[in-house]
Amino acid sequence: MSEMLIKNGYVFDPISGIKGDKTDIAIKDGKIVEKVSSKAKIIDAAGKTVMAGGCEIHAHVAGPKVNAGRTMRPEDKLFRGSYRGGIVKQGKRMEMGFSIPSTWKTGYAYARMGYAFTNEAAMPPLLAPHVHEEFRDTPIIDQAAMPVFGNNWFCLEYLKNKEIENNAAYVAWLLKSTFGFGIKVVNPGGTEAWGWGENCVDIHDPVPYFDITPAEIIKGLIETNEYLGLPHSVHLHGNNLGNPGNYEHTIETLKLASEYKPKNKFGREQVLHNTHLQFFSYKGDSWGTFASAAKEVMDYVNKTDTLTVDLGCVTLDETTTMTADGPFEHHLNQLNHLKWSNVDVELETGSGVVPYVYDKDIAVCGIQWAIGLELALYAKDLMRVHITTDHPNAGPFTRYPRIIKWLMSKKAREATLDTMKRKEKIIKSTDLAGMDRELGLYDIAMMTRAGPAKALGLSNIYGSLKAGADANVAIYNLDATKLPTDPELIENAFSNTLYTIKEGVIVVQNGEIVAEPQKHTIWTKVSVPENAQVMRDIKEKFTKSYTVNLENYAVFDEHVHNPRAIEVEFSA
Amino acid sequence: MTDLITLNMITQRAVEEGIAMEIGKTSPEYFDACSIIEMNEQDMKKLGIFKNTNVRVTSECGQVVVKAVVGRQTCYPGLCHIRQGVWANQIVPPRTQSTGAPQYSGFPVTVEPAPDERLKSALALVQGAVGMWKGE
Amino acid sequence: MPKVIENVGCPYCGCSCDDVRVTVSDDGLKVLEVENVCAIGHEIFKHGSSDHRIRLPRLRQPDGSMKEISYEEAIEWTAQHLHKAKKPLMYGFGSTNCEGQAAAGRVMETAGGMLDNCATICHGPSFLAIFDNGYPSCTLGEVKNRADVIVYWGSNPAHAHPRHMSRYSIFPRGFFTEKGHKKRTIIVIDPRFTDTANVADIHLQVKQGHDYELFNAFRMVVNGHAADLPDEVAGIKKEQILEVSGIMTKARFGTVFFGMGLTHTDGRNHNIDIAISLTRDLNKITKWTIMAMRGHYNIAGPGVVWSWTFGFPYCLDLTKQNYAHMNPGETSSVDMAMRDEVDMFINIGSDAGAHFPIPAVKHLKKHPWVTIDPSINMASEISDLHIPVCICGVDVGGIVYRMDNVPIQFRKVIEPQGLLDDETLLNRIADRLEELKAQEA
Repeated sequence: MSEMLIKNGYVFDPISGIKGDKTDIAIKDGKIVEKVSSKAKIIDAAGKTVMAGGCEIHAHVAGPKVNAGRTMRPEDKLFRGSYRGGIVKQGKRMEMGFSIPSTWKTGYAYARMGYAFTNEAAMPPLLAPHVHEEFRDTPIIDQAAMPVFGNNWFCLEYLKNKEIENNAAYVAWLLKSTFGFGIKVVNPGGTEAWGWGENCVDIHDPVPYFDITPAEIIKGLIETNEYLGLPHSVHLHGNNLGNPGNYEHTIETLKLASEYKPKNKFGREQVLHNTHLQFFSYKGDSWGTFASAAKEVMDYVNKTDTLTVDLGCVTLDETTTMTADGPFEHHLNQLNHLKWSNVDVELETGSGVVPYVYDKDIAVCGIQWAIGLELALYAKDLMRVHITTDHPNAGPFTRYPRIIKWLMSKKAREATLDTMKRKEKIIKSTDLAGMDRELGLYDIAMMTRAGPAKALGLSNIYGSLKAGADANVAIYNLDATKLPTDPELIENAFSNTLYTIKEGVIVVQNGEIVAEPQKHTIWTKVSVPENAQVMRDIKEKFTKSYTVNLENYAVFDEHVHNPRAIEVEFSA
Repeated sequence: MTDLITLNMITQRAVEEGIAMEIGKTSPEYFDACSIIEMNEQDMKKLGIFKNTNVRVTSECGQVVVKAVVGRQTCYPGLCHIRQGVWANQIVPPRTQSTGAPQYSGFPVTVEPAPDERLKSALALVQGAVGMWKGE
Repeated sequence: MPKVIENVGCPYCGCSCDDVRVTVSDDGLKVLEVENVCAIGHEIFKHGSSDHRIRLPRLRQPDGSMKEISYEEAIEWTAQHLHKAKKPLMYGFGSTNCEGQAAAGRVMETAGGMLDNCATICHGPSFLAIFDNGYPSCTLGEVKNRADVIVYWGSNPAHAHPRHMSRYSIFPRGFFTEKGHKKRTIIVIDPRFTDTANVADIHLQVKQGHDYELFNAFRMVVNGHAADLPDEVAGIKKEQILEVSGIMTKARFGTVFFGMGLTHTDGRNHNIDIAISLTRDLNKITKWTIMAMRGHYNIAGPGVVWSWTFGFPYCLDLTKQNYAHMNPGETSSVDMAMRDEVDMFINIGSDAGAHFPIPAVKHLKKHPWVTIDPSINMASEISDLHIPVCICGVDVGGIVYRMDNVPIQFRKVIEPQGLLDDETLLNRIADRLEELKAQEA
């Protein structure tokens, strides 16, 4: 098949250890190779920055609550069409939506930023076919989805009884039934409590009826994850999100992972990934005393190498919050009185959707903005700290270039801080103004490709320019030896690549979509021995409690788009 | 007793209509299920009609002949019901209050006896309305 | 030997039952027996394999008769007319699978036309309310397993969703509701004493068209202003309002199911809006959800599919092709018909001939009319072109969205015998349209 040679670019590839050297990248048959023949198509990347395709570890881009957000917010589509300042149609289909883009826009927008892979942050198992339908209609980027387990009746019961083997058999079965990727945990126990209008506000709060604590759920799922040896670790959105003073609870939650060691054949070194850490790093006892605890939290993360985190940076936009933390969304609606949608899912989970305006002139919003950036600037190992906005909760993923700009340029941070009406209060409540650190391109490569790919256990495919990886490459219009003094140019460069290459096919050129090759659905296939007890439990729950028949539950093969299984050879 | 009464009309689903619809809208079952108006018994007395006789129902945008019955699902005096479908939509006002949904329920109609009028078939009504009806 | 196929989905109402059992003939062509369905579902499967199925497209001749033509000719006819039309409208989708609905999006984006679904005359007002007020809901299993109070407001499931009460709401014994209907309180609010009201514990015979006032009265009580209630609201006495409010606030888990009684009457979306506000009020005290009783087995489908494709669930204006616009009242099917804005009409998986008010039908009939539907119905009998397709759940599978937006995977039970499914047909129309556009360029 086709050969391609990207010549003379400044390459930043932490997986291979290339830190900006002028290196040629050779591509053949959709994979990175050591070298190619003279017939290869040449792309001259002289004076440009070359990285592996971006690897998104956490974004809500496909599925029922994402779509509930789209449906309930027609205003998210206004003023975005071509003569309203938005994107003129580039690909096969139109692009709609700002904070909750249509599936077509999602694929195109990630591709224009140089991304190749997205991990859908939460999939309610019963509604898995919906996620896969949206995957089918998301062009270009490969996708995986994590089913949620932290409020699942099977897990609550098995873990209460400390039956790890049974829980593992169920998890493996569910991953197969949903073509899911890994173990996502959201507000463990609390969303089941929300089925009665209640919540679990900390990790020791027992779940009504099931009488298990969130701490036991988290630990049990970590044990299950390592027992199976899954590519990714438990991916946790913990309890007590968004409340002033929650940072101590956050550290207590992170400590639950301390007794575990990673066990897997995918190069993964963490046992717990804590997502959108910004929402969990708050000091204070009220909104009035709200302040940053980024330093305290990062002190713990820095010294615990079995942890990875993603930031969840606030971008200061009008956006849409959506999460399986149903009770939190209701709470948010009671705070900001904007419309509220809720979807509780039988036996499994729940979710809520509420619009939110992160107004730069509101002190709390400014402090949240600062916290997200501080977490990165305090980080010692940026392979373990990844750029996200918990899209769309803290902001749309199309703002990643803006976050990169803030992280790379103190001047840019000061400029934004200067626009804030409550600047003094924000400076007093955070450390950001006094932090001089500016990240470099290698740091950014760690935070947006190499680190997430490694944490996902997928670094032999994504986020890497090592031979054997998929040929996903992004070429940015940045001279690594002479970065622009105007930080806006950094944001521009990361917003629209000169080239995005997906499995050896040029999909974006000069910021425009030029091709839409087939994408893959990544899922984890674990073969565990037959477990009669678990199969009996499954049959019983379907007969008694579910409203869909067991035989119609697992996603039919024909509804999964181009599946690509990550196989786990399980050994007890 | 009076020649004509004004009632509040609603048009809704009925299981008989659903079954008949799946058999086919040109079927006798559909004709039987949907060409009726359910009225309150007292209103029928006021109008001086016997049950199961035909009446003419007129709204602001049309009129239709249907058979008057007392439904099992009773209407209070002043309320009447024609099952959603071909006969109902001869008189449903298309005004939507700018929402897209016509005034399927809650519109005024006059009902007058029409014992000698024949019911028209579904095709006669729909094809007839657009000038395509060629007769039985 | 006849084959028994289990776990079959029924393509009728928004219950989207998936426990149907169908016995088919050995050659896979005929349905012999259907179990676990309601009477309406039974008709669908019977009709699905009847000898009277239309199997080829039919084109209206100058003398008014219909002549059979091939699928190729029908696709060509449709594509040519779509290409010529300035503002074609494709409407329906009450009975299409999601794959078909996605393909329809592609057709109308390529054609630059209007795309709408039955919600426009049904739960459209519910969407309008959701746009303003959100939608605190749940899946039907949550109701089955937790609910101890059920309210049917302006909804008559005994007639429109025959198995709803037994599968999901009143009768089932769920995990936390093992006593079934014995431990549930059923409240029906309807101007008629419907068959559903007949199984209720309490029937509030609200004055037709005055539901908004009654919702308002409940909100007053829930928010602590019972003392200001008048003696009677919307035909319901104060004592009853207080009694029912008390039941609702003391519920452990309650659900309001609502239907056309609210969406088709004066106030339209405002009726739903206040229902959602009441639900939210109740969530300050206990746990309540609200759910629209979607009429068809996959009418939630286009709303879901087009939301992820275009960002809007219905009333889509795709005429600009680079972006979508939605403005119910302006871009809704009946309103456009009444203003004579549409110059071609494609009626798919529905029967606008029977279910639009006849003045709208007359306007639409001034222009080319295509009906894509398995059955002979009013629309097909006034169409210029009638294209038969497979019936989802009978001779084609696909994903459908139940009324609670849970995706159900349907299977086919008999062979299509030459019939095309919506997805294939529509994609071929889109392909041909692209060719015509390229030729023009």
